Amino acid sequence: MTSASPMISVKNLWKVFGSNPDQVIGTELASLTRSELRAKTGNTVAVRDVSFDVAPGEVFVVMGLSGSGKSTLVRCMTRLIEPTAGELHFGNEDVLSVDAKRLRELRRTKFSMVFQHFGLLPHRKVIDNIAYSLEINGVEKDARHARANEVIELVGLQGYGHAYPDQLSGGMQQRVGLARALAVDPEIMFLDEPFSALDPLIRRDMQAEVIRLHHELGKTMVFITHDLAEAVKLGDRIAIMRDGAIVQIGTPEDLVMNPANEYVANFVKEHPKSHVLTIRSIMRTPGTGEELSEIALAPQTTVKDAARSVVGSTRPLRVVENGQVIGIVGHDEILRAIAGTED
Amino acid sequence: MTLTTSAPSEVKKSSKNKYIAALVAGFLVCATFLHGRATLFLDPSTNTSFHSWLNSISDWITFHRTSNPFLQIVVEGIRSFINGLVTFTQNLISQGSGNRSTPIIGWLGVVAIVVFVTFVISNKKIALLAAAGMTSLGLLGYWTESMQTLALTLGAVVLSLLIGIPVGVLAGIFPRFEKLLMPLLDFSQIMPTFVYLSPVTLFFLIGPASATIVTLIYAIPPVLRITSIALREVSTASVEAGISMGSTKWQMLRKIQVPLAKRTIVVGINQTIMAALSMVTIAALINAPGLGQVVLSSLQQLDVGRSFVAGLGIVILAIVLDRSTTAAAAKVEEKEPTEQSKRIRRITVGISAAITAAAVAISHSVTWAATFPGTGVIGQHLSNGVSSASAWLQDHFSNVTNAMTNIVSYLFINPLQWLLAETPWYIVGFAWIALAAIIGGRRVAVISAICIAGIIGTGLWSDTMVTLASTFVAAFITVILGIVMGVWIGRNKRADSIIRPILDAGQVLPAFVYLVPFLGLFNASRFTAILAAVVYAAPAAIKLAADGIRGVPAGMIEAGIAAGSTPWQMIIKVQLPAARRGIALATNQGLIYVLAMIVVGGLVGGGGLGYLVVDGFSQETYFGKGLAAGLAIVLLGVMLDRISQAVAKKNPLQQG
Repeated sequence: MTSASPMISVKNLWKVFGSNPDQVIGTELASLTRSELRAKTGNTVAVRDVSFDVAPGEVFVVMGLSGSGKSTLVRCMTRLIEPTAGELHFGNEDVLSVDAKRLRELRRTKFSMVFQHFGLLPHRKVIDNIAYSLEINGVEKDARHARANEVIELVGLQGYGHAYPDQLSGGMQQRVGLARALAVDPEIMFLDEPFSALDPLIRRDMQAEVIRLHHELGKTMVFITHDLAEAVKLGDRIAIMRDGAIVQIGTPEDLVMNPANEYVANFVKEHPKSHVLTIRSIMRTPGTGEELSEIALAPQTTVKDAARSVVGSTRPLRVVENGQVIGIVGHDEILRAIAGTED
Repeated sequence: MTLTTSAPSEVKKSSKNKYIAALVAGFLVCATFLHGRATLFLDPSTNTSFHSWLNSISDWITFHRTSNPFLQIVVEGIRSFINGLVTFTQNLISQGSGNRSTPIIGWLGVVAIVVFVTFVISNKKIALLAAAGMTSLGLLGYWTESMQTLALTLGAVVLSLLIGIPVGVLAGIFPRFEKLLMPLLDFSQIMPTFVYLSPVTLFFLIGPASATIVTLIYAIPPVLRITSIALREVSTASVEAGISMGSTKWQMLRKIQVPLAKRTIVVGINQTIMAALSMVTIAALINAPGLGQVVLSSLQQLDVGRSFVAGLGIVILAIVLDRSTTAAAAKVEEKEPTEQSKRIRRITVGISAAITAAAVAISHSVTWAATFPGTGVIGQHLSNGVSSASAWLQDHFSNVTNAMTNIVSYLFINPLQWLLAETPWYIVGFAWIALAAIIGGRRVAVISAICIAGIIGTGLWSDTMVTLASTFVAAFITVILGIVMGVWIGRNKRADSIIRPILDAGQVLPAFVYLVPFLGLFNASRFTAILAAVVYAAPAAIKLAADGIRGVPAGMIEAGIAAGSTPWQMIIKVQLPAARRGIALATNQGLIYVLAMIVVGGLVGGGGLGYLVVDGFSQETYFGKGLAAGLAIVLLGVMLDRISQAVAKKNPLQQG
């Protein structure tokens, strides 16, 4: 998925908390584990030598358990926390070297953030929460309210513009958070565990909402989560973090089918493989004279999604890419994939 | 910080107790054998060279007031600015000016304004309370004095807020600045209100300017401290969101931090107003006009009735100010109402404003609305009634009250005074330092040694020990009361809901008024001062103890119950030990409050340092001595605070 000019480029990013972080990076201390380093120097490595690119329009998920450094990473990328070392580019702009004024400009126009605990301003109405960025950027009241009403509609909060945040349910509050992040029409959105504080049912709605918004608006998104199901559902690619470092980056299918190490394997073990396995990897070449169904599937369809159509047809289905038949899937393939992978 | 396991600390603690026991035994033996020697007793009419030196400084300042540039420009400048401000507020509501014999706004206007303001900042109910309260001040016959107190209080409050809120905001944003201010604020909090008076009068003379300045010193810290806390306690989520959206520092402050801190800041304003009122009444000692003056002069003449009525006036003012600002703080939280209710409110406020303006205009020119009608007959009757009730009580229950006074005096105060004031200073001093070392380690011991040296330097060692004896007795009663009541309301939600509001109310009353009822019952004596100190200090101690008891983890309680403890075993074996830190804090605060009130008790026969401070205001020859007494109080306060704090720190809630 990485294209020639990435929207976000992170190179060798470090964040070391402690009194003397510079003594760590680039020395032999950098190779110590977290606890060894803390015992030796009192410093804590929160982000360790992280590099990745995010393509325009991609949803890039960073996944890890609590303490893995994912929240610190996203805060380094928005410079809410200053990274200790490394490079960070948005497009051609070197984000780590911009001054405070330009950084504010970037925050007001180029990227925005959605927080786990919403971060709404309790003393402002919904509409004024959403219009806040525009307000501090000097946009006139009528214009910013007009824009705020647009995004209120976009996230389905019609009629709640004049309510206060604490009068809304958690799910609705996070819709305000989303609307606020969308109000400035940013190129990049950072979402820091936006749905972790919500009930499972509401969470599912909100995930669907993000998928819808992404389809409609095509924003580049960096999405932080500790929930593998959520990561798989939303992410074009997923980075798995542990102890501050990235263990593996890949598509959901990559991670589930080819875990880089035991840690990732343990992580994805419980995840139903049919949810990530695509038919591209199970299709076969058609036998001579084999009769095929009229139905065609895209190669990136997951086994789970393909299963119903395949089972409903007596003949194998064609897998079509760019108008070309590149393979077929029949009952056998689907059954073998499900039987062989679900454990 | 090293964490010691519980076993070694048990050993350390028991050896500590052994040291203390040995120390006390040694002290008692020495005290018995060396009784009456080297007590550093100073005759009341004698000045030491230090006192004379302080007197000469005072003389020098008086002499150079118009010639020394610093005194002339800075000190006199501040003095005339504040005097101007005070004169202005007095002319406005309490005294005639120019060719007017009545203030610019008469009583009707003042009542109308107070009611209007309370209505706008709080609600109808409180506005009614304010109307009743303000009118009753007039009915008691103390309208003018009440207005003098109010005018002084308001002037001081305005200045306090003008200084306290911006500095508090700065302290809230810049942690380093806050760290710099902290010791200053702490110090002003442990210093008994009494001791600000003398040094300030040294420069600003006796009168309203000094009264305002001492009030500022006392009233600025609450709002400053609370503002800075309020800013820092704005949720990190809101702050982070604000930064991530690209707010500048100023935008953060104006649009996020201050709006979110507003409610807490109003709580700070409330505390500042109450502190100002309290100090304005005490400033009667340096000639501040108003109700405090009436209480003071009638206390000195032992006129219980009159001091009661004037004290009641102070309480009424306190209630009106407290209730309205507390309600205002609650109102800050309310969200913007609907358009319609907004319009209705706008109309009501408009009409009330018009009525208020009319009332002010009438009170400016029409006699019945300018001067409160009547001669305060009600207050006179009340005063007589209280006086005769007090006389009757003293006649008929004198054996009871005398017995109480005697029991406490002979059983506690006299023996303690015998031990502390009549034992050689080096024995007492050594015992103190040793005790400080055992409890708090080297640092506390050094601080104590410096304080003791300082007290000896003031030449008032013996008087300090007299004050200390009373302080110990009062603190002991306070702590016992604090623990018993604290356990009760800490364990009983119903009792808590009834008693806590009373304690809260008790804490807002100015220190002065506590003397009145006890004077009525027990006459002027050390015991009266001790009782007043206990009542003054008890609310804080009880609340802290109760919070400590309440803070014991539920799991610990359940485990105690599951093990089959009786309620008594529960208290003794689980709750009190677990709440040790809260109780140590209660002791610390109890001591500080008690000391503050014991010295005020110098007014009603408490003797000791407090008496010397008061004497210093009234007799020029003893000004230096009074100043030295103030210094000794400060040193004593610092020492008591450090040692009792060390107890609180050394007894952390032992976890797991």
